[in-house]
Amino acid sequence: MHMASSESTAYPSAASIAHRTSLLHSAASSRILVLDGAMGTMIQQHRLTEEDFRGKRFTQHSDPLKGNNDLLSITQPEVIEGIHRAYLEAGADIVETNTFSSTSIAQADYGLQALAFELNEASAKAARKAADALSTPERVRFVAGALGPTNKTASLSPDVNNPGFRAITFDELVASYREQALGLIAGGADLLLIETIFDTLNAKAALFAVHEAFDEVGSELPIMISGTITDASGRTLSGQTTEAFLISMEHMPLFSIGLNCALGAEQLTPYLEVLANKAPFRVSAYPNAGLPNEMGEYDQDPRAMANAVLPFLERGWINVMGGCCGTTPEHIRAIADVAESFPPRGLHAPLSDAI
Amino acid sequence: MSTSTAYRPLKLSGLEPLIVTPESNFVNVGERTNVTGSRRFARLIREEQYDDALAIAREQVEGGAQIIDVNMDEGLIDGELAMTTFLNLIAAEPDIARVPIMIDSSKWSIIEAGLKVAQGKCVVNSISMKEGEAEFLRQARLIRRYGAATVVMAFDEQGQADNYERRIEICQRAYVLLTEQVGFPPEDIIFDPNVFPVATGMDEHRRNAIDFFEATRWIRKNLPGTHVSGGVSNVSFSFRGNPSVREAMHSAFLYHGIQAGMDMGIVNPTMLEVYDSIHNDLLERVEDVLLDRREDATERLLAFAATVESKGNEREKTTDAWRELPLEKRLEHSLVKGITDCIEEDTEEARSTIGSPLRVIEGPLMDGMNVVGDLFGSGKMFLPQVVKSARVMKRAVAYLTPYLEEEKAKSGARKGAGKVLLATVKGDVHDIGKNIVSVVLACNGYEVIDMGVMIPKEQILEEAVRREVDIIGLSGLITPSLEEMIDVAAEMKRRNIQTPLLIGGATTSRVHTAVKIAPHIDSPVVHVNDASRAVPAVSALISKEQQAAFAEGIAADYAKVRIQYQRDRARKKLVSLEEAQGRAPQLDFSSIVPPKNLGIQPVDEPSIAAVRAFIDWSPFFRSWGLAGAFPRILNDEIVGVEAQKLYDDAQRMLDQWERDPSGIAMKAIHGIFPAARSGDETIALFDSSDPARACGQFEFLRQQIDQRDGVQRSLADFIAPGQAPCDYLGCFAVAVHGIDTLANHQATEGDDYEAILIKAVGDRLAEALAEWLHQKVRRETWAYAPEESLSNAALIKEQYQGIRPAPGYPACPDHLDKKQIWTLLDAENTVEATLTETLAMQPASAVSGYYFAHPESRYLGVGLIADDQINDLAQRRNLPVASMKRWLSANLLDA
Repeated sequence: MHMASSESTAYPSAASIAHRTSLLHSAASSRILVLDGAMGTMIQQHRLTEEDFRGKRFTQHSDPLKGNNDLLSITQPEVIEGIHRAYLEAGADIVETNTFSSTSIAQADYGLQALAFELNEASAKAARKAADALSTPERVRFVAGALGPTNKTASLSPDVNNPGFRAITFDELVASYREQALGLIAGGADLLLIETIFDTLNAKAALFAVHEAFDEVGSELPIMISGTITDASGRTLSGQTTEAFLISMEHMPLFSIGLNCALGAEQLTPYLEVLANKAPFRVSAYPNAGLPNEMGEYDQDPRAMANAVLPFLERGWINVMGGCCGTTPEHIRAIADVAESFPPRGLHAPLSDAI
Repeated sequence: MSTSTAYRPLKLSGLEPLIVTPESNFVNVGERTNVTGSRRFARLIREEQYDDALAIAREQVEGGAQIIDVNMDEGLIDGELAMTTFLNLIAAEPDIARVPIMIDSSKWSIIEAGLKVAQGKCVVNSISMKEGEAEFLRQARLIRRYGAATVVMAFDEQGQADNYERRIEICQRAYVLLTEQVGFPPEDIIFDPNVFPVATGMDEHRRNAIDFFEATRWIRKNLPGTHVSGGVSNVSFSFRGNPSVREAMHSAFLYHGIQAGMDMGIVNPTMLEVYDSIHNDLLERVEDVLLDRREDATERLLAFAATVESKGNEREKTTDAWRELPLEKRLEHSLVKGITDCIEEDTEEARSTIGSPLRVIEGPLMDGMNVVGDLFGSGKMFLPQVVKSARVMKRAVAYLTPYLEEEKAKSGARKGAGKVLLATVKGDVHDIGKNIVSVVLACNGYEVIDMGVMIPKEQILEEAVRREVDIIGLSGLITPSLEEMIDVAAEMKRRNIQTPLLIGGATTSRVHTAVKIAPHIDSPVVHVNDASRAVPAVSALISKEQQAAFAEGIAADYAKVRIQYQRDRARKKLVSLEEAQGRAPQLDFSSIVPPKNLGIQPVDEPSIAAVRAFIDWSPFFRSWGLAGAFPRILNDEIVGVEAQKLYDDAQRMLDQWERDPSGIAMKAIHGIFPAARSGDETIALFDSSDPARACGQFEFLRQQIDQRDGVQRSLADFIAPGQAPCDYLGCFAVAVHGIDTLANHQATEGDDYEAILIKAVGDRLAEALAEWLHQKVRRETWAYAPEESLSNAALIKEQYQGIRPAPGYPACPDHLDKKQIWTLLDAENTVEATLTETLAMQPASAVSGYYFAHPESRYLGVGLIADDQINDLAQRRNLPVASMKRWLSANLLDA
């Protein structure tokens, strides 16, 4: 595990972090911020080969590396930067780093756990390079360092015959997420996005780890939280209702809380409403491009998706809007176009609380 | 705080939310998944019957618990593991996991273990300022980071709040710290202002309920946003065994508590009577007690309680819950917990039910002791607890003895699991370790024949044959005992006794047993270095199935040890005595301080209070098999609790001796003599009043193992060389009398724990007496360091000038100088201590040695010596070489 310390790694200064944070807050209070769309969908279009994934550096690596999208930030940085640019040109205010699986835990599948810090740092730099290139004083673009759910769950047993078993512990998650957060901060992320949460305990470990990283860096970045409701039961994979999820995550000050993935905008509506009514923070949503068809493909076109998110905007639920699986720069352009005409959700006290 | 003016509800979550608003009814917290409150749950957790344990949690939720309290605080349970396992299992049960968890423990590590496996927002129960502000704040910050609410106990550095003023003072202080320094949201703070029992018969408890209600009212008014909770069942503690009265008390307490603002509570919903349906007469009396409305409220309720038909057992005499268990479980409880209070009563009940006293011992009593043995074997009980269990067992057996005799008269003798003979060998008086082994073996069902100390080999073997024992165990502490053990082994071979032999004691070792003892004997011989190893060894040696394999394994292991030993020996190069003497250090003797008082100095008997301050406690814990340095050991995660108990018991004993020192006598004497190093390793002593007259000499040994720095040391080097007196050397003897008498008294009373404790404390006291005397010598009699002022810790680290080595220890392994010390100081009369034939001191709690004052004097280890030095020493002492070799066998290269 990479033991980054302030001696060996340069983190942005507290003043520069504070400056970027204030720019983000002022942007967020003036408009609905547009988040980018899917990274994986875009990478697929490049039809990269095993050799492309390996690049020059990993020709001798023992495990197959094709499919390790996060590695492209090191082996094909121009591809990743190009995708970021495409989203920024389409109107995204915030691009997510290519780090969904850049924890040591997830990279262990490829035998690349030792690379975790570097992957995060490289991805954040690539995103930041693109964001800075398209920023203007009137419209600053931001980088959200993405912390994915990992491929292990802390509150679910992978063994049906042994419900008390856990494949990962809180402490292991904290160590891994802490390293990821430090890498993202070192690479210049403006905020941290704990996303696609299907096990709240994993996310709590990430939140815990992010604050340990803040302790080390000596300053704090804004945090976005985005949970995933897996099906029509309205619960996370680990069984929580949206409100229970909110209560489990709201102990730390957040920039925003919201939902992404798994469902299309239409199916997300009732759960997003819960957050809009009860969350004491900004609210985000980046649904999939509809539900997958029988071929497993997302085929909701940009116009249809923009129409599907329109009700959220009309009801004033949203501060940050983007897309997840199946979305492309065209989807983001369509979303940015409609989002422009609505004011962001006000930061009001939650509406109702009752037992 | 501006943010606390707007009311925010307490929000918790399991799989579903729980939101506590002013409109919410009282939130009840299920209490049955708590090992301290539910015997059944505790047993299920101990036995790892998690399915049934989960069923209890499910019943709680189905029964209306809005939160479930989970507590795993029990000595026999690995709390962190049990908390983790149980919460992980709950997570897989959606019908339980839907409610939030209250993670309940007095140990922060268990709380943290719980927080790491719960995805919802939990309640921690509890934190307090018991260990000071810093720890309180640290825990609170972590709770924030884990995302939980917390119960805060009204408890601070001074203790638990037990009146109104202390309750509000502590809660206010905690509130300010939490909200202002941690940024803890007030709505996430739940105060527990301590529910204490009422109607206890003690005046100071009369306001316990009222003070709780008033403190609750004050908290809700003055600490905005916070909540109040409490463990309701405590209030009715005096009425254990009378559920009707208890239920009424709980309901009435809750009624008044809720009115005062208590909005959460740990309750058993099945133990709650509806307030309105409590009979008026009972309610009036209960409320008289709760609200302290009448002088005679307690008496009236007690009188009335007797008339209330109890749902429980009417004959219930005692108030302890475990007394309600079935007989076997009660016996087991007494044995495991070391409780003697009810053991005779329960033993009698067992005897009258079962009929045969022997079957009582072999049945429920042995079953209980097997539980003890298992717990000890798996590291869940520690020696002091096991010895206490043995005390209970002994009490039960003593009760049954008359009946046994009666039965024996009718039938034959009984055959137990096996017979073990134990003895401390001839010439040695040390028996703490042997006594512990004796107790532990007895706990495991073996019949132990403990012959005591200083037993000649003939007696040991005759007794072994006569009693047909299965195993002979030899113990000893001083090095000459090692030779005695070899003699016992050789004698066994000569007499063709095939009984397995166990070797134990501080100076014994696996290597010594393998190299020096095993070759002399045909039967299996096993070295066991502590009591816990004795049980498996004995069990294997006695078992028909295991003996051969076990003995072969040991024999193979010892054969390897012997080969390794030969190899090491071949590798070890000893320098000749002549060369070693040529490499002796040359010290500076220009600043010798003449003693203020020369000659023999009798010492007035010091008080126990003065001496106990000098006790070095670490060896005390070692003698009980508890590893760790004092005082850190008291906070050790694993043995801390038992170490603290042991320490408290030792302190109690010392307090008692301090109050009544009549049974204990501490004798001390020392002398300082003109001296000169008259030979390389010989120190000549001269009469203090006539320095021309020689009055004795000490013979030391010199290192012959090639030293890294090229310097071969001897204690003699610290004295200036010459034939006429030119320097000074002291010697001393101290003894603590009365220890054996006190210990034997306890042993005959059947209290082995107290007996062993007395001896262990006596040993420490003797060492402390030597330390005390040494300081007196440095400051007053010799007075070479009159200004010295050191803490006890510094004393233990020997940060003073000068040393007090003792004959028989590594710096001077030859015991024979003790005879010289005895002669010089007339120790037999002055300190009333004697020497055995192998030069062990009697009483055992005695210390003797030399005083060296040279600023560079240090303890050293002589280690292995060669034949040339043995021959030289034999000549100096005018003893046959063979005899000299026997005294120093432990330091000899050749067997």
